[in-house]
Amino acid sequence: MIDNHILAPVFVQLFTAVIQLMFWRKTLTQRYLSVGGSFIGLLVAIRLFSRVYQDGILTMNAANWDAPFGIVFVADLLSVTLVLLTSIACFAVSIFSSIGVSRQRMLYGYFPIFHFLIMGLHGAFLTGDIFNLYVYFEVIIISSFVLMTLGGRKAQLEGAVKYMAMNILASMFFLTGIGLLYGLTGSLNMADLALKVRQVQDGTLVGITSCFFILGFGIKSAVFPLYYWLPSSYHTPPSAVAATFGGLLTKVGIYAMLRVFSLIFVPDEFTRTLLMVIACATILTGAFGAIIKTNIRRLFSYLIVCHIGFMIGGIAMFSKLALMGVVFYLIHDIAVKTNMFLIAGLIRQLRGTMDMDKLGGLYRDYPKISVLIALVLFSLVGIPPLSGFWPKIFLFQEAFLQTQYFFVAALIVGSFVTLYVIANMWAQVFWKNPPREEEVDDRFAPMQPYRKLLMVLPIGMLALTTLYIGLNAEAIVLVAEKISSQLIDTSTYIEAVLNKNNEL
Amino acid sequence: MKSAILQTATRYLLPILLLFSFFLLLRGHYFPGGGFVGGLVASIAFVLHSLANGTASTMKILGYKPISLIPIGLAISTVSIMLPMLFNLPPMTGLWFEEPIPVIGMIGSALFFDLGVYLVVIGVVLTILFTIALDE
Repeated sequence: MIDNHILAPVFVQLFTAVIQLMFWRKTLTQRYLSVGGSFIGLLVAIRLFSRVYQDGILTMNAANWDAPFGIVFVADLLSVTLVLLTSIACFAVSIFSSIGVSRQRMLYGYFPIFHFLIMGLHGAFLTGDIFNLYVYFEVIIISSFVLMTLGGRKAQLEGAVKYMAMNILASMFFLTGIGLLYGLTGSLNMADLALKVRQVQDGTLVGITSCFFILGFGIKSAVFPLYYWLPSSYHTPPSAVAATFGGLLTKVGIYAMLRVFSLIFVPDEFTRTLLMVIACATILTGAFGAIIKTNIRRLFSYLIVCHIGFMIGGIAMFSKLALMGVVFYLIHDIAVKTNMFLIAGLIRQLRGTMDMDKLGGLYRDYPKISVLIALVLFSLVGIPPLSGFWPKIFLFQEAFLQTQYFFVAALIVGSFVTLYVIANMWAQVFWKNPPREEEVDDRFAPMQPYRKLLMVLPIGMLALTTLYIGLNAEAIVLVAEKISSQLIDTSTYIEAVLNKNNEL
Repeated sequence: MKSAILQTATRYLLPILLLFSFFLLLRGHYFPGGGFVGGLVASIAFVLHSLANGTASTMKILGYKPISLIPIGLAISTVSIMLPMLFNLPPMTGLWFEEPIPVIGMIGSALFFDLGVYLVVIGVVLTILFTIALDE
């Protein structure tokens, strides 16, 4: 079905950013605009989600050029689910930023760039053209590079150099892959590619091309040998920025991998083995990296890497059940990871440090906030009724069905280490007595009540989302099941993109 | 560096270069050329003026800070992208007036997109160059 309004979430973000540019250096106006724009974006995303959920895939031919020739935007259930989650995260981060980002950074255009970043994310999820996907990746990289360096502290620049170098390398692999694919088939439309790649005789060449995509997306989503840029850069920018990055950026890599490997390349035995090895190694290295870290944000960065492995493993198994697990985990992960970095920012506000050795006694001083945080941490670990638990069931079940015992072992180790690390963090940060009572740098207590609320509200909102995902798992499973059957059987997607030419 | 020859030449070159950049902008929507090149040529005209007469006097001609051109240009481009949605067409579809206008030729939403790009390019280039020039 054709719907000319599916790009609305992109336009809302673009407009918000442009209007904010007109109010350059007027930070208060920018804050209102940012929160307002994100709220409208959220409403638009909810509407888009409900339409796609009821009516099926919607498409839009940009500039009215017909499908395989022009650029197509496709809103299928996977895309709109991610757009919706991105909008929720964007709304939360934008509220948190209004307090959690220094005025200096706002003066240099924090908010417009943040909205350009979200625009890039929405565009990447909605596009149906592989070169356009690359363009949106570039929009994301450029904005994230600005966000990472804003403020210009030495540590930030150091992290940003690693981040930029690795991401440009990833873009180069991705672009080379696109070039090879275009040389093989003469098409860039993903649905059209799906049909044409199947007709290519030379299987090795297709395999090599798919390796370029694995490399490109692998760097972006931070998998085993290519992940080191992530823990060495995500702890440097302000927490609001880290929340956007940690919650959303690596997930674009996973999304792209899901899309490309379900639609264009159906994973063969070699790719699946490769992905499975990568997944196990990612889980283990991420988990062991997390054990020794004492800085909360570094610890969270390693947990991101560890949990990316869960999703890669699911893609490697490539069955309906496994993909259900992946999609569910993706939904859970965006909400939780964004929230964890916001929590890290809140802890810093409460105590002036993020080093676990110097923290302690938060539960004694702030019991209500601690309970809220505990809820999120438990969801992350996957204590049964909460959200992290459900996707793991699917992954375990499928791993046993396919006798992938290495992956089962990695999953168990990954889950246990997550549990250990989080329990350790809980004990150190919340229960332990603070090491030296007199030197507590509490910037939270003297804040005005509404400013306190602005810091805690987004965390509460994301925690509610997590709680909803966990307690109303049936609805999410239903969505995940629909998505994974669309991913396995791509004919509806291809038909929606290509066949509607006849209707016109 | 003050040079009488350059200053005199710039006095004549500035309008000619601006006119040429406008020509490139108009030529763009059916032929090679367009907002980006036009914007570059226009900003070169101002850069030449600033080399001859100093950055301060160029700022005086411009009146506004060049950075304020960026949001205006972006807004014009964005509106021209979204305009077709009002006519129930996909975004970015070219909308054209029926009759050509003398001298300028056919006018459509593509021209306004190019105009936006033109302003953004001038804004970005001049902001970067003036920032560097004023730092010294």
